[in-house]
Amino acid sequence: MNDQSNAPRGEPGNGAPRTTPVKSAIFDDYTLSEIRRAAATGLYDIRGGGAKRALPHFDDLLFLGASVSRYPLEGYREACGTDVTIGARHAETPLHLKTPITIAGMSFGSLSAQAKEALGRGANAAGTSTTTGDGGMTPEEREHSNLLVYQLLPSRYGMNPDDLRKADAIEVVVGQGAKPGGGGMLLGQKIGARVAEMRTLPEGIDQRSACRHPDWTGPDDLEIKIGELREITGWRVPIYIKVGASRPYYDVALAVKAGADAVVLDGMQGGTAATQTVFIEHVGIPILAAIRPAVQALKDLGMHRQVQLIVSGGIRNGADVAKALALGADAVSIGTAALVALGDNDPRWEDEYRRLGTTAGAYDDWHEGADPAGITTQDPALAARLDPVAAGRRLANYLAVMTLELQTIARACGKSHVHNLEPEDLVALTVESAAMAGVPLAGTDWIPGRTG
Amino acid sequence: MSDGITATAEAQANTALDLTTLSVREANRALQSAKGGAFRLLNPGGKHALACGLSQPVSVSIEGHAGYYCAGMNQRAEVTVHGNAGTGLAENIMSGTVRVTGDASQSAGATGHGGLVVIAGNASARCGISMKGVDIVVGGDVGHMSAFMAQAGNLVVLGDAGPDLGDSIYEARLFVRGAVARLGTDCVEKEMRAEHLDLLRDLLARAGMQADPAEFRRYGSARRLYHFKVDNAGAY
Repeated sequence: MNDQSNAPRGEPGNGAPRTTPVKSAIFDDYTLSEIRRAAATGLYDIRGGGAKRALPHFDDLLFLGASVSRYPLEGYREACGTDVTIGARHAETPLHLKTPITIAGMSFGSLSAQAKEALGRGANAAGTSTTTGDGGMTPEEREHSNLLVYQLLPSRYGMNPDDLRKADAIEVVVGQGAKPGGGGMLLGQKIGARVAEMRTLPEGIDQRSACRHPDWTGPDDLEIKIGELREITGWRVPIYIKVGASRPYYDVALAVKAGADAVVLDGMQGGTAATQTVFIEHVGIPILAAIRPAVQALKDLGMHRQVQLIVSGGIRNGADVAKALALGADAVSIGTAALVALGDNDPRWEDEYRRLGTTAGAYDDWHEGADPAGITTQDPALAARLDPVAAGRRLANYLAVMTLELQTIARACGKSHVHNLEPEDLVALTVESAAMAGVPLAGTDWIPGRTG
Repeated sequence: MSDGITATAEAQANTALDLTTLSVREANRALQSAKGGAFRLLNPGGKHALACGLSQPVSVSIEGHAGYYCAGMNQRAEVTVHGNAGTGLAENIMSGTVRVTGDASQSAGATGHGGLVVIAGNASARCGISMKGVDIVVGGDVGHMSAFMAQAGNLVVLGDAGPDLGDSIYEARLFVRGAVARLGTDCVEKEMRAEHLDLLRDLLARAGMQADPAEFRRYGSARRLYHFKVDNAGAY
């Protein structure tokens, strides 16, 4: 390599320093691998979970706490209520929850029977509710959940009026945060005999369920539909409407107009059993940006605290719950975090995650049904790995920790009930989060888009 | 095409519920709590959710037009609308029979799991959408996207079918006597074998319709979309 004139560009000879190789910020390793994967298979990428990209989130907010201008409550001594009543607007028997943290809708089919049982056991111990999913209600999940919300989905798989009348609440699912405007998806690997029968489908086919309800379009029809559901259930149980976060002000306003007792608002971090990665990462808005417009809609209609707002999508700890409540939500839902508490993505299965081409913490091929933790699977041998009693206990512990964390923050802000948290208790660390959450940038009185 | 409807409920009706004096809730409560017997629903006035959620073998004669979701989620009951019915007639029906002497609006028999829906006149768009085992017999025509994503059960149309019949259909069977404007994605004409003629004859008899099964054509799923393949991407 003495003849410099033959050296390739960028490779000077004779010991001259080399520049560090530069990978493109936009054509990063993941992007390149996805292009190669798409080119090789001709299939779009499908996965479970919610948005993985960095988004403005609750971590961008801080509580101010109490000091001279206001005084705190004694931790561990002075009462700080956490109970919430959902659905008293029209229902004869609203839900009374001991903690404002509920378990989001997840189907038998997407989850194993053991995982569904564990969710029920954990929720029962915490005094909160669980929710069915696409595919109907199994007798086991009814038995293991004291408070069970029955989802009415576009597909109506397994929709049965007997189950409807057994439900403690009904959730009309219009959309979910991972895929606002998209329908369900359950691929052939998970359509075993029992799931196929529940959904009236041939075993082993790829199931792509509808994205629109079959018998109503628009809020005026939805109002009539809710009237029918109330007639069938004797106006006894609350009726929720679940929407993916996209246009929260109008969606919530129309849900109220349609007669909902509660609105479930799911941000783009909210998980799904399976959908296209491009849908998860590029459609919908973060929950942080959705809560204030939703609360404003309720306030404009005089319905804040009358119609409960349940928010979800990336809730991980008591601080997230406290911030969601301070922004005006009445309760939250957890899905992904609940699965992690059960044992999803646990490093104890690392060898098996490696064999699946992934690693603990990144495993999201929930649609393939090969979950080493036995949660997002219909394989009997894998599912048997999950002890529903022990997993239920872990979920109960986790819910208790989150509730205590929530109370810790509320007391530090001087609140005798977690619902007394308010936006005034919060500041933002970034201009983006200040604008989205409608609270001032820390150290200023500037709320971008509202003041100055 | 109302010649096929036979009187069932009204002949023995003995309890009249008048919706000029009763609320829908009061009338439905009476129907839902009855263990049997026959009822007449007077002056329905196009009200919604009439006779929905019935679970016992009662007989209900609705004497006029019904609004949305009439006889929704029906189980065991025999409901007859003497008039037209709005959107979502007998939606998610599980069992029993729902009959309409006139026309039905969109999504008649939507997602029905079982039972029989008989519409003497025409049905609008999305008749039998996502049907899961219900039998639907329509004396007249059906609108566009009927039997969309139909999973199981039988749809019989004595008249014509609008565009995109049976789009994305699964295992439901479609029988049409008249013209089909256009078949939907993955829906194809299939051979009418003896077993299908027998099935169709039985469905027509149960519906009380006069028609020769030999005049119908059968349609169903080509099953090309049951598993996603890139070469079929243009069909989606």
